[in-house]
Amino acid sequence: MAGARELPPDDVLVSRLREGHEETFALVLDSWSGGMMRLAMSFVSTKASAEETVQDTWLAVIKGIGGFEGRSSLKTWVYRILVNTAKARGTKESRTVPLGSLLTEEEGPTVDPSRFRGAGEPYAGHWAVGQEPQPWHLPEEQVLRGEVRGVIAEAIDELPPRLRAVLVLRDVAGYGSAEVCSLLAVSAGNQRVLLHRARALLRGKLETYLTGAHEAVAGRELA
Amino acid sequence: MNCDEFVELVTDFLEGALSEEDEQRFVGHLAECAKCERYLDQFRQTIAATGELTPDGISSDARGLLLNAFRDWSRP
Repeated sequence: MAGARELPPDDVLVSRLREGHEETFALVLDSWSGGMMRLAMSFVSTKASAEETVQDTWLAVIKGIGGFEGRSSLKTWVYRILVNTAKARGTKESRTVPLGSLLTEEEGPTVDPSRFRGAGEPYAGHWAVGQEPQPWHLPEEQVLRGEVRGVIAEAIDELPPRLRAVLVLRDVAGYGSAEVCSLLAVSAGNQRVLLHRARALLRGKLETYLTGAHEAVAGRELA
Repeated sequence: MNCDEFVELVTDFLEGALSEEDEQRFVGHLAECAKCERYLDQFRQTIAATGELTPDGISSDARGLLLNAFRDWSRP
């Protein structure tokens, strides 16, 4: 998904790659490397390191394509190699991303509690006056080419690594939840928590950008 | 259901992961609260916009290196 060109079905891709068809290799390289870069950034410290991770992954794919058994999709197989390569590199950089259980900063509300009416007030827990979501104008062309794209890309880069890994796989690369749980070794429940937090943070950044940056809201919600 | 609970259940709702009872409460609140309807809509727009991202690829140097590696590997 995500703007990728139409790729032939897996069996065609795999046999062409095995035959050494360069155009096919260039096609998958160009279609998938961007998503792979973002995913690699979840595990390693620098962009340069992420790029090396992606390169190492492709080299392993070139060498291993003959042995690919087709038990998962080709892309999932490539992503698995990427995750393993990135984890190994991240460990060397002492940047481990334990994915098993939730961290304390990943719990708690995703919308600033001060935007809702307090416990003692009438309609407690409902949006407070002036704090409710304001209308957006998000024209499609603006998403594709305009600044909105930059706002989202920047927001993704600023996400904590675990949130970024789940969001990139689900919402950028278009994987289903079962595949993501398996790739990252997280439970379905934790995957949803991480995904929800990541999406809520992105929504908050878009809100700040699209509603003319109410400073009070922006500062608090993103803190 | 209150708004502050609603906003935390959006992804579970979209994933079909709510219990039947919670889903009914969620939908009930949605039907009555225009502000949360807007929140849900903005959440969906955020997801859609994220899906439109065409991520930056690798550098052209790296691309060239990998194309060469592919060529060398397939023609030993």
